[in-house]
Amino acid sequence: MATRTSTIVHKQSANPSFLKATFAIIWKDVAAEFRSREIFSAMLVFSLLVILIFNFALELDIVTRQSVTAGVLWVTFAFAGTLGLNRSMAVEKDRGCLDGLLLAPVDRAAIYFGKVISNLVFMLIVEAIVLPVYSFLYNVNLFNPGLLLVILLGSIGYIAVGTLLASMAIQARTRDVLLPILLFPVAIPVLIAAVKASEGFLAGSDFSTIYAPLSLLIGYDVIFTAIPYMVFDYVVEE
Amino acid sequence: MITVHKLFKRFGMKTVLRGLDFEVQPGEFVALLGPNGAGKTTFMRILSSLSRPSLGTVSVAGYRLPDQAAAVRARLGVVSHLPLLYGDLTAEENLRFFGRMYGVQDIEGRITEVLELIGLAERRRDLVRTFSRGMQQRLAIGRAVFHDPDVMLFDEPHTGLDQDASVMLDEVLRSVAAKGRTIVMTSHDLLRAEDLATRFDILSRGSIAASSTRKELGKNNLLTFYRDALAG
Amino acid sequence: MQSKPPALKILDISSVLVLAIATYLALIYAPEEAVMGQVQRVFYFHIGTAWTGLLGFLFAAGLGIVYLVKQDIKWDIAGVAAVEISAVFFLITIMLGSIWARPIWNTWWTWDPRLTTAAITELIYIAYFMLREGIEDPDRRARFGAVYTLIGGISAPITFFAIRLFRTIHPVVIGGGDPNAQGTFAMTPHMEVAFFFGLFAFTVIFIDLFWNRIRMGQLAAKVEQLKLNLMH
Repeated sequence: MATRTSTIVHKQSANPSFLKATFAIIWKDVAAEFRSREIFSAMLVFSLLVILIFNFALELDIVTRQSVTAGVLWVTFAFAGTLGLNRSMAVEKDRGCLDGLLLAPVDRAAIYFGKVISNLVFMLIVEAIVLPVYSFLYNVNLFNPGLLLVILLGSIGYIAVGTLLASMAIQARTRDVLLPILLFPVAIPVLIAAVKASEGFLAGSDFSTIYAPLSLLIGYDVIFTAIPYMVFDYVVEE
Repeated sequence: MITVHKLFKRFGMKTVLRGLDFEVQPGEFVALLGPNGAGKTTFMRILSSLSRPSLGTVSVAGYRLPDQAAAVRARLGVVSHLPLLYGDLTAEENLRFFGRMYGVQDIEGRITEVLELIGLAERRRDLVRTFSRGMQQRLAIGRAVFHDPDVMLFDEPHTGLDQDASVMLDEVLRSVAAKGRTIVMTSHDLLRAEDLATRFDILSRGSIAASSTRKELGKNNLLTFYRDALAG
Repeated sequence: MQSKPPALKILDISSVLVLAIATYLALIYAPEEAVMGQVQRVFYFHIGTAWTGLLGFLFAAGLGIVYLVKQDIKWDIAGVAAVEISAVFFLITIMLGSIWARPIWNTWWTWDPRLTTAAITELIYIAYFMLREGIEDPDRRARFGAVYTLIGGISAPITFFAIRLFRTIHPVVIGGGDPNAQGTFAMTPHMEVAFFFGLFAFTVIFIDLFWNRIRMGQLAAKVEQLKLNLMH
């Protein structure tokens, strides 16, 4: 039925595979971000400001520091994360780019995973800078493989559900304020588990006490990657 | 190339398209005209697979919508009044990205070819955010033809362009049409439409009120035809 | 205007009756609890609203899935009804719990898993309404609402388990024996009657409100439709 009426030589195009489409989106986001550094600089400066404000709000003396470090870090990451998510999805909406993505003959889930991975990359880069800065400012050693694992797992869950909710929030009239309101109440399990596990690793606790929050984190990551994967179509299509 | 039968589209309680019938033969250039709120953009979004029909059948390039949307998308090029481009990427990076999303082979060769076609070869390494509205719109057409689609949809491509930019856009549109592609374009601008299209359909209150080929129209004025169709 | 179906009228009257009986059972029939005294009586309603509110929320998540599969607006009307009533029931639960906690735990509020989960769940409801508020297109509003009830319905129980990683002081009345709990008590047979009847009463009231709310949603849709017909 699809008769080729065109005479152009470049006829070989086949719908790209899931992986190729996902990587194309990641490449696009990273290339654009590498140039503008909009999301990265906003998230980073914001994170540093939050940490400074905590310093005054909590009087982070040597004793308090031990007990609140995990909490301060995760609150900082959560706030900076919403900033990055909002911006990353707003870029898609501004020049109608989301329609551009939807017009391509690729699986919608590839669009979702592409955005999740680029958002995750931005978040991990910011975290990779915030951690040594925090260590330096408060003289706490954060280079603990267990903590790094928790940060990775926590960020995955937070970004996975955040990317879905951000793609809803940008389509609403109140888009700038909506994301944290939608995201925080449903991201609480991941934040609690991440704080608990981080505390455990920082205090050098026995693994038996870290086991529960760690498995909760993994469970959350699995569930909240699977559900958005299934419903993303309904969020972006009409 | 495009067959639409008894198409209805409702948004909640509001019915925008009411039993629309529409048929386009291969190689036709159809201008879809009508007042604001007639349902032009809604109809274009359904043809471009971005919106689902509430009722009725739609097929584009031989594939049914929405079931075979992926097959339709591979054969479809869309230009809307938004450029659908990334401001922080250069012209060639934008094309490269969309080339990958469509699985185009020999992307680099195609980039050079398309940039020549739309007259932006000089600006290939410049950021799209530095482009004028007219240049963005030409690049948007470059993006839409990149995977060499059989069917092209233009939704108000002239919106926001000044006279010079419109004339340049028309040249690009003509060269795109000259490849024998099937084209549907919505427009407010009767003069531009009269220049470009081979057939004129008037959309009013969610269905096609009148249709005439350039031949049938003969010496008659498009404006008269348009007014009569809306009055009738 | 269609009149209320007789079955719904009967249900309305039954709701009032069971509420009256439940009140009698809770305030007069059930004996005064030896340690906590009269304030323990709020517990009969507290559990009733808590359970129906919680089940209503999970029910809404189920309706969300049905809506996403069927794409029929009637499932959205039912979903909104379930969320609205559950939100009110939850608010009542939290307030009654607070009244009880003041003399027993010596504080209006404490960061116990159940209380915290209840508060977070209430915030999810509020976010749900704010999300709907911000979207014009009724179909999209329904889709987003369905997706959010689903996400919320799954995350709320996980939140509960997550907070359980901390210690609890909330009494577990049925099938639980946490030595840290404060305010635990054993139920006498009379108390059990009041307790289970309270659960039953609020289930009946939930169903009655749910049915009425769906009817209201359908009538609102009809009014919308008539308005649009008038305009055209």
